[in-house]
Amino acid sequence: MATQTIAAQKTAQSEINYLNHARGLKSWLLTLDHKRIGILYLISVVFFFIVGGILALLIRAELFEPGQTLMTADTYNHIFTLHGAIMIFLFLIPAVPAVLGNFALPIMIGAKDVAFPRLNLASWYIFWLGALTMLVGIVTSGLDTGWTFYTPYSTMTSSGVTWVVLGIFILGFSSILTGLNFIVTVHKMRAPGLTWSRLPLFVWGLYATSIVQILATPVLGITLLLLALERILKIGIFDPALGGDPILFQHFFWFYSHPAVYIMILPAFGVISELIGTFSRKGIFGYKFVALSSVAIAFLGFLVWGHHMFVSGQSATAATVFSLLTFLIGVPTGVKVLNWVASLYRGSIWLRTPLLYALAFLFVFPIGGFTGIALGTLGLDVPLHDTYFVVAHFHYVMVSGGLLAFLGGLHYWWPKMFGRLYNEKLAQIAALLIFVGFNVTFFPQFILGTQGMPRRYFDYVPEFTTLHQLSTVGSWILGLGLLLVAVCLLHSLFKGQLAPANPWGAGTLEWTHTGRLPSPHNFERTPVVTRGPYDYHLAEEIFGNGHGDGGGTPAVIPAQGQAQS
Amino acid sequence: MSGMILLQNTAWLPEAASSIAPEVDSLFHFWTLVSAIIFVGVVGAMTFFVVRYRRRRRDEVPEPVKEKKVVELAWIVVPTILVLIVFAWGFRVYIKMYTAPPDAYEILVHGYQWYWEFEYPNGVKTTNELHVPAGQPVKLRMTSADVIHSFYVPAFRVKQDVLPDRYSSLWFEATKPGEYTVFCTEYCGTQHSGMLARVIVHPREEFEQWLESAGIPEDMPLAELGARLYREKACFSCHSIDGSPSVGPTFKGLYGHEVELEDGSTVIADENYLRESILQPGAKIVKGYPNVMPASYASLSEREVAALIEFIKQQQ
Ligand code: HEM
Ligand SMILES: [Cu+2]
Repeated sequence: MATQTIAAQKTAQSEINYLNHARGLKSWLLTLDHKRIGILYLISVVFFFIVGGILALLIRAELFEPGQTLMTADTYNHIFTLHGAIMIFLFLIPAVPAVLGNFALPIMIGAKDVAFPRLNLASWYIFWLGALTMLVGIVTSGLDTGWTFYTPYSTMTSSGVTWVVLGIFILGFSSILTGLNFIVTVHKMRAPGLTWSRLPLFVWGLYATSIVQILATPVLGITLLLLALERILKIGIFDPALGGDPILFQHFFWFYSHPAVYIMILPAFGVISELIGTFSRKGIFGYKFVALSSVAIAFLGFLVWGHHMFVSGQSATAATVFSLLTFLIGVPTGVKVLNWVASLYRGSIWLRTPLLYALAFLFVFPIGGFTGIALGTLGLDVPLHDTYFVVAHFHYVMVSGGLLAFLGGLHYWWPKMFGRLYNEKLAQIAALLIFVGFNVTFFPQFILGTQGMPRRYFDYVPEFTTLHQLSTVGSWILGLGLLLVAVCLLHSLFKGQLAPANPWGAGTLEWTHTGRLPSPHNFERTPVVTRGPYDYHLAEEIFGNGHGDGGGTPAVIPAQGQAQS
Repeated sequence: MSGMILLQNTAWLPEAASSIAPEVDSLFHFWTLVSAIIFVGVVGAMTFFVVRYRRRRRDEVPEPVKEKKVVELAWIVVPTILVLIVFAWGFRVYIKMYTAPPDAYEILVHGYQWYWEFEYPNGVKTTNELHVPAGQPVKLRMTSADVIHSFYVPAFRVKQDVLPDRYSSLWFEATKPGEYTVFCTEYCGTQHSGMLARVIVHPREEFEQWLESAGIPEDMPLAELGARLYREKACFSCHSIDGSPSVGPTFKGLYGHEVELEDGSTVIADENYLRESILQPGAKIVKGYPNVMPASYASLSEREVAALIEFIKQQQ
């Protein structure tokens, strides 16, 4: 094994790759390479995640005891709003598609780049333009409406709603353009032989996500624009004082924001499929179902927005229809979980960090799903709506779907992104801390919610103290875990062992047909695809006797990672 | 079923103190039980597979498993059935929850940033304290004066958003005398978490007593009574007190100022003018406004007219 590592090191120094072929800040800021744009997004969303995370820790710290401890009620309201808005719009929505998708999608389908590289770079700049516009509003006058901006409060408050809403409007374009780019790329640029039924499931996930991005984001854009107009010109759409209808805003808002949940979740489903496929070396059970249900969920996701409004005063008929539709979309989602678990059956399971995240996902996500069923049930949602039960539910869904999948994917593609391995043991400890911290933080919130603790509360009645304290302690464990991830990955960046081309023995093109680090245009020659992404028994190149550009480097297993007996 | 009885005694749910609460709770328990069983199954299988099928050799490739259509079909059909049961059950509870019996005792609820005001049929008003009789259906007709609030009593398992400019309603039948917390669950600004109230459930006979003794004292100051009448008699629906234009002239700055009438003459808005305008709205029409004020105000008592005049005087 030592000789292999040395050999890998030798080639590493001479090879031209996407990181070293051009140097300097300018070569990054003007790059048209999807991989570099992915890295730019990575730096951006990680920055916003850290900001959102610090705000989360502040929220939890304030709630450690009843009464005012750290900040005033007003400050608290600003902080939870910013936490939510930043996490949703600046982290969750872009994280998996814009970072991992940008980096991996074109290589996975054997393309040189995305269909519109300039548009891709423009999306990143638009992302920052939107983010900065939001920040202007936040810094000058804060934001205290909750990330849902419900009218008429949002038309009355003096906080920076107009700026923030404009910022999100701009961000929407970034999201739409990325989606558009991906759809065209998948349709037009697949390598010869890469039929739809041979598409890696991550690509399917991104494809479905892109549909939602294109169809739903404009609705949010228009809704928020109307809100801004309402504030500036007082035109009377949403504000009852002006003859408007506040419920209309909720309909508009959720018509986007429910599908948006799938913008966060569907790419995550894709990542989980890759991780389970690779680390169990087995096809995903029911590949077709998993692939097509993503697309079906993308469309069905547009029909369930009213389940956010069971107690808003919408008609009972509407509520009933929305409840039923919610369940119909819930079933295929649940079935996917069963598919993933079944994929492990008689697999060859290699417990590496990325798989740990996928397993954590398979634990956490069903809890989010079951509690989602409770919230979709008419009679149960009534007491649970807008309580901590909901807070726990959406963290179980979004943090598992968004964060765990993102971290799993990041650890998975890390060696391909930076050509280095990380310390496996450290990374596993971090994953464990995150898993434990996450559950300690959010599980008590289900109990709080069923007992009646409303959300968006700066203060609470003393009966709730113990559970709140448990939750706060959990947030520290979670924070520690995330910090450890940062330490581990930063260490790898500078000191990590050089990675082989295909450290996991994966079967998709980015591993089998590129070098340690992909070259600027991904492939020397366009690969010809002759098998599905998880047909390991057909894939000679994975085990060293193939003829792919992967160079036949066998899966080198890092020192402490000896395949166990 | 024994599992359900066990769950009935968990500390998860708050005290159940309304007629609907036990029904919500049974559904909640059914859902918990089914979810828990499936969850344990899924995570158990996952754990078992991970342990049982650990990779042994670096280049080990498992044999592909033949996919069984029956298995797939089963795990689509079974969850669908379970979910439809939960849906139908939830639907039944919901319909009950939102169909008030016709003889329900009706109380008016106003949400304000950041307090609740309750108004009983006989005109009694309370703030942040809702008094109701036990064992009798109570219907709340609710509206908000500013932003959206939401009225939530965990012990009763009921909740309903309270909207500006619109009525929404909620009913419940409290089963046990006692005190229960009311939360506002729709974020409504700075003091959202301070917007607490209590429901005080009286035994039926005591409620009547309470209601009588809580009537308006005869010595309520005129201006305060006027402010109440301004709301109760819906003067506000046509006359603003902040100067904003509406169907009728605003009360702001009205008293003591000159008013131009439809026939071109002018008059000073003194007490007599105000009294006449309340009791005989058509007598003097202000220029630019339609003659639409109802004549029903003629039935106000002397004290009430005086109170309204006092209130208008204060709107400077
Ligand atoms: C350390 C981890 C985290 C902690 C301790 C935490 C904690 C909290 C708390 C206490 C709230 C306020 C609930 C309320 O008052 O309604 C909240 C809201 C929220 N969180 Fe987190 N959170 C964390 C991570 C995340 C992540 C990773 C995301 C998304 C990626 C996220 C998204 C949200 C959203 C969207 C809201 C809603 C804000 C609102 O109600 O307006 N959180 N979080
Ligand atoms: Cu409120």
